[in-house]
Amino acid sequence: MTTKDKVEVDAAKRCFLRRATTTIGGLGLAATSIPFISYWLPSKDTEAAAGPVKIDLSTLKPGEQLTVAWQGKPVWAIRRTQAMLDSLPKLIDKLRDPNSDEDQQPSYAKNIDRAIKPEFFIAIGICTHLGCIPTYRPDPGSISADWLGGFYCPCHGSKYDLSGRVYKNVPAPLNLVIPSYAYLDEHTVMVGVDKATDAG
Amino acid sequence: MEKMRRNKKLLAWIDERFPLSAFWKKHVSEYYAPRNFNFWYYFGSFSLLVLLNQIVTGIWLAMEYTPVADQAFSSVEHIMRDVRYGWLLRYLHSVGASAFFVVIYLHMYRGLMYGSYKKPRELLWLIGMLLYISLLAEAFTGYTLPWGQMSFWAAEVITSFASAIPWVGKTLVIWLRGDYNVSGVTLHRFFSLHVIAIPLILLGLVFLHLVALHHVGSNNPDGIEIKVKKNRQGIPVDGIAFHPYYTVKDMMGVAVFLLICAFIIFFMPGMDGYFLEPDNFIPANPMQTPDHISPVWYMTPFYAILRAVPNKFLGLLVMAGAIAIMFCLPWLDRSPVRSIRYKGAWSKIAIVIFVISFIGLGSLGIQTVSPLRTGLARLFAVLYFAFFLLMPFYTKYEKTKPVPERLTG
Repeated sequence: MTTKDKVEVDAAKRCFLRRATTTIGGLGLAATSIPFISYWLPSKDTEAAAGPVKIDLSTLKPGEQLTVAWQGKPVWAIRRTQAMLDSLPKLIDKLRDPNSDEDQQPSYAKNIDRAIKPEFFIAIGICTHLGCIPTYRPDPGSISADWLGGFYCPCHGSKYDLSGRVYKNVPAPLNLVIPSYAYLDEHTVMVGVDKATDAG
Repeated sequence: MEKMRRNKKLLAWIDERFPLSAFWKKHVSEYYAPRNFNFWYYFGSFSLLVLLNQIVTGIWLAMEYTPVADQAFSSVEHIMRDVRYGWLLRYLHSVGASAFFVVIYLHMYRGLMYGSYKKPRELLWLIGMLLYISLLAEAFTGYTLPWGQMSFWAAEVITSFASAIPWVGKTLVIWLRGDYNVSGVTLHRFFSLHVIAIPLILLGLVFLHLVALHHVGSNNPDGIEIKVKKNRQGIPVDGIAFHPYYTVKDMMGVAVFLLICAFIIFFMPGMDGYFLEPDNFIPANPMQTPDHISPVWYMTPFYAILRAVPNKFLGLLVMAGAIAIMFCLPWLDRSPVRSIRYKGAWSKIAIVIFVISFIGLGSLGIQTVSPLRTGLARLFAVLYFAFFLLMPFYTKYEKTKPVPERLTG
């Protein structure tokens, strides 16, 4: 290098230029990542397919269970007998969250029946442990001698009562999820909306 | 200061186990490139950028695309309408395909002008040619995937090429299609080739292309070896480090290139039918051929040559020859100089005629046939081949200019 080529380096200017380029380039890259990340969210047709689902309860006999798919998940409708409802208060000290304090249900289902109308239990049939579908075991004594009826998960043995409240000392941490739903008339429920007027 | 010391320690830890610093020095910070790279030297790095874009957007598109005959077309529409930013990723990919050929053609033309294929860069040129052919195959298989009318008939026509081969032709076509006509079976295998097989080949060839390039070093607009004149440290006197000099230059170029690409992607993604053809928005129909059928612009020069020959087998042979002859370039050029700057008048006239005939063929290939156009296509095809076949003569006997000892700037 000859002396002529030796120019004073303006370090501050160079530093500024490097930082400005990195910042603008970084912002550009960050903005570019938005479409790529958004692409993975449910598409419009998937969202449309996940809309509210109607359940007709009029054909349901006492004690019977009915399953419909909502957003690809099993939603149960169970018509509970008076005997089943009577079993609920007896279990309080065996349950992890007897008062449904955890946010697993809409406010209108935060009661001992975990339902709008005690007779009809609406719940998402997915075990809160690892996502299996618990079996409906309404007959007393069918799981253990003191079993009063409820749901039993075949995967890891989690137990829920007939309101979907989880037992103590089982792997599942939370009560079954109650979806948002509303009565359109006496025997029709719309799952996926909070008010009948939202059903459209 | 503390942070810098920590970084140094981390780097030392890595270098003991992996030649990170050595690699960076050898290929970037102490890789010396000629100091006189001009505009034409942008297109190598642009093609790497486009390749990256095609790979990333392609991975994303494959997440929502269905390679099954009765769902392929609607799955592309699903990407365009239902998937969040699906339209953007699809246009990035489809405009990217055309952009790829724009930069590759300019990159090849650069090599042609400055004699970058000449000794010792013959293998560099040949690997590049293999890249070009793989890119054509990648573009063709990708073009069939939306399963519109043009997709289907492109698959039909191009697989039919094989039928011209004597003896085995008919069997070969059925083997290529996996069916007795182009069908969903063909579509599905083209999908597999497009997303796995050919991209792997492309990446392998890009690696080899760069290995060859860094072994022999870049040519330059003067076409003289910078390695001949070195200073006491062994650094070419006319060389500058790739980083920061050319990384900064390329970044500047990339910014302009992306601006142009973004304009096309957002305002004219179909490029008035040149990038996305209107007929391809009609679902594939094996019972009806579109009235006007032509390949995408980057294949039209060869398509025009095919149409200009009034014999099926010969036409395909001549078309294949038009690509094959480019492989021979390093041995056709007998000139003692590399760059067009120092070649004689004949070479300069020849390259002008070549460019006119290549663009002429390309524009004829887009249009419908007429007697005048067929005549012109034949003329351009003859000139195209003459450029190559006469090269050993005009490059050998013409008077060249004296080559300077050092780069001229």
